[in-house]
Amino acid sequence: MSKPIYLDYAATTPVDPRVAEKMCSFLTLDSGHFGNPASRSHSFGWEAEQAVEEARKQVAALVNCDPKEIVWTSGATESDNLAVKGVAEFYAKKGKHIITSKTEHKAVLDTCRHLERFGYEITYLQPELDGMIDLAKLEAAMRPDTILVSIMHVNNEIGVIQDIAAIGELTRSRGILFHVDAAQSAGKVPIDLDKLKVDLMSFSAHKCYGPKGIGALYVRRKPRVRLEAQMHGGGHERGMRSGTLPTHQIVGMGEAFRIAREEMAQENERIRMLRDRLLKGVQNIEEVYVNGDMERRVPHNLNISFNYVEGESLMMALRDLAVSSGSACTSASLEPSYVLRAIGRPDELAHSSLRFSIGRYTTEQDIDRAVELIHQKISKLRELSPLWDMYKEGIDLSSVQWSAH
Amino acid sequence: MIYLDHNATTPLDERVLEAMLPWLAGAYGNPSSGHALGRAAHAALEQAREQVAALAGAHPSQVIFTSGGTEANNAALKGVAARLPVSCLAVSAVEHASVQQPVAALVRSGWMATTIPVTDQGEVTAQAVSAALGDGTRLVSVMWANNETGVVNDIATIAAAVRAAGAVLHTDAVQALGKLPVDFAGSGAHLMSVSAHKLNGPKGVGALLVDKAVDVEPLLHGGGQEKGRRGGTENLAGIVGFGRAAELAQAELAARSSRMSALRQRLEQGLATQVPQAVVFAAQVERLPNTVFLALPGIDGETLLLELDRLGLALSSGAACGSGYSEPSHVLQAMGVTADIARCAVRVSLGVGNTEDEVDTLIAALRTQAARLQAMAATAW
Repeated sequence: MSKPIYLDYAATTPVDPRVAEKMCSFLTLDSGHFGNPASRSHSFGWEAEQAVEEARKQVAALVNCDPKEIVWTSGATESDNLAVKGVAEFYAKKGKHIITSKTEHKAVLDTCRHLERFGYEITYLQPELDGMIDLAKLEAAMRPDTILVSIMHVNNEIGVIQDIAAIGELTRSRGILFHVDAAQSAGKVPIDLDKLKVDLMSFSAHKCYGPKGIGALYVRRKPRVRLEAQMHGGGHERGMRSGTLPTHQIVGMGEAFRIAREEMAQENERIRMLRDRLLKGVQNIEEVYVNGDMERRVPHNLNISFNYVEGESLMMALRDLAVSSGSACTSASLEPSYVLRAIGRPDELAHSSLRFSIGRYTTEQDIDRAVELIHQKISKLRELSPLWDMYKEGIDLSSVQWSAH
Repeated sequence: MIYLDHNATTPLDERVLEAMLPWLAGAYGNPSSGHALGRAAHAALEQAREQVAALAGAHPSQVIFTSGGTEANNAALKGVAARLPVSCLAVSAVEHASVQQPVAALVRSGWMATTIPVTDQGEVTAQAVSAALGDGTRLVSVMWANNETGVVNDIATIAAAVRAAGAVLHTDAVQALGKLPVDFAGSGAHLMSVSAHKLNGPKGVGALLVDKAVDVEPLLHGGGQEKGRRGGTENLAGIVGFGRAAELAQAELAARSSRMSALRQRLEQGLATQVPQAVVFAAQVERLPNTVFLALPGIDGETLLLELDRLGLALSSGAACGSGYSEPSHVLQAMGVTADIARCAVRVSLGVGNTEDEVDTLIAALRTQAARLQAMAATAW
C-alpha cells in the first residue's frame, strides 16, 4: 500500500532534510555538541550555547526583531500559555479583562477559559462571515480594565489572515498589550515586528518544516513587556522560561526559519499555483463552498465544505489523501469545527468540510490525483446520500421535520 | 576532551539516535491526526510511553510526557497546589532550582513553605520529614537523588510518613532514573519527575508520573493531548528517543551501575592516596554510583574548573543552571559546610563512556593542579 498523498501541512510538516542534517550534528557524541548550553565550565557547554545564540538570531531575522526578544519554549501551545497567563498574572492589578476571538486555537481558548476560573473576564469576539475580525467591534469591546488582546495572525482551519497591523495600532493607542499566535503564519506571510505594534508573538517549528516540540515566544523590549514566568527554575531565558535548552531542537528551528526567510517568496508563488489548481479542479462540483475569505488568505490553505456529504465518511473514503476535517488537535472529538461554526456555517456544512493544506513537497501530480479522487468519492457518497436525493428533488431541507429515534 | 559532567547532561546513545531518526527525517504525522500518518505517530508515542513506564516502575497511564524535568517539576507542584486550598507545603533544603523556584512562586501566592533540613551528610531523613509536617501540610517535595552530592534519599520511608500525615509526596527523580532502580509504584510517592537527557536520551523531553488518586491542574492548556493533562503537539522524535533510552537503561541498569561504581571507587581511592587533602562530600551515605562532589581546600572551585578545562577535562561546580553564578552551593550550605570550603567544590559525574584511563588522568590533573594552585596561593599577596 503506497503512502497517502500528504495535504495536511497545517497539522504538521515533514522536517526539511537540511534541518534534520543540522540537528543530527548536535545529537552525536563525536561532534561533541551535546553539552548543556548552561554549563559555563567547559567547551561542551560553550559550543552548545553558541549554537543556541546563532539559532536565536535566525528566528529573529525572519520576523525582524532583536534576538534578545526571542524566548525558547517547547512549542506554540506553551508560547500561547506563557503569553496569555504571563500577561494576565503580571498585570492583574491593572485589570482582568482579555479580548480574544472565537476562532483562536485551543491553546489560547482553553487558557482563557482557565483564567475565567480565577476571576478574569474574557470577551470572545465573533468574526464576520469571511472569518475576519471587525475592527470596530474589537474597539467597542475594549474597556479601561482590558490588559490583553490575543488574535491569531493566520487561522489554522480556514487560513484567513487577520489585519494585525491595524489591530496593533488600535491596541497600542489604548495601552493594551497585543499577543499574536503566528504558528500558522511565520514562514508563510512576511512579518516585520519592527513595524508591527505587536507585543507578543507565538511561533511553532513543526508548522515550518522544523521539528515538533520546540517553539518560541517573541516578547517586545521596546516598549518593555513584562511577563510572569510559567516555568520556574534555573532562570534560563532571562528568567522567562526555565529548563535546559534542547540544543538540537533549537538549532533545527533556527535552520527551518532561515530557510523560510530565504525561500518564502518563491515558495508562496508555487504553492498559490497549486492551490488554485486544486480549487479549479473541484469548483465545478455542485454544492461546494469555500470557507473563509479567498483574498485575505494564505495560499497554502483551502477549506471546503461539500454539502450533503458527511466529513468523516469523506475522509475515510479519501483514505489515499491525508487531510483533515476540523483541526488536528480536536479531531478526536466528533463535534463540528468551532471555527466554521463561528463564521456562521450551519452544522451540516461544518460537518462536511475538509481542510486541504499544501506545502513544500506537494507536486502537481499530487493535486491532480487529489482532484480525481475527490470527484470520484463525492459522486459515490452523494449517490448513497438520502439528503442529496432530497436536495435533487428540490425539497427544502430546512423545512423538514426530522423525527427523533 | 574528557567529559565528566554527566549529571549536567549526557551524550545521546547511538541506538537512541537510530530510533529517533525515522521520526525526525521521515515519518511526520501529528499523533492527533486521524489519517494513517497520524495513527503511526500515535502508535510510536504509546510504545514510548510503555518503555518509560517500565523503567520507572509505573503504569503507562501514569506517564505524562513533558518538555523536560523542569516542566515536570513545575507541573507537579503548581498542578497539585492549584487544586487545593492555599495551605502549607514542605520541601527539602537541597532541591534543584526547578523545585525551589515553583515553590517560591507558590509562596508568593500565599502558600506557607517549611524547609526540611538535611543531615551534615546531605541526607533527607524520614524523621526530618515527619518533624516538618504540620496539620496544614498538604504537599511535600523531596528529591530521589541529589544532582550535586549524589545523595540518595529513602523515598519509600519518606512516602509512608507523608501518606500517614495525609499529604501528597512529589519526588524529583531526574538524577536517579537510569542510574539506580526506581520503582514509582513501589515507592509510595504520588508524583515523580524524570528527564530523558540524563540517561543518554535527547534534551527537551521528560515526564511527570502521577498517581491516579491525585488531582492535578494542567500546566499547559489547549489541544487536549496527554488525555487533557498536557496540551501541545507531542515532541514525537524526542519521546521515541526517551522510550528507547529508557528501554536500554532498563536492560543495562545493573551493568551500568556497577561500571560507574567501579570507576567512582577508583577515583576516590586515587584521591585518597594521591590527593589526600581532597574532601569528598557525603562520603558516608548512599550516593548515586557516578557522582563525586569534592573540594580541594584553599583552591577556588571555579579557577580549578577552568584549569581542568584547559587540560581537556570537563567538570562542573554543581548545578549547570547555576554555573553562571558565583554563589556557593545551597546544598553544601544546607549541610553546614563552611563558605570557605563550599567555594572550592567541584563535581565529577561519570558516565558509561568514561574509562579507567580517564579517571587516572583526572586524578593526575587534580594532583598537579592542587600542588600548582597551592603554590600560587602561597606566593600571592
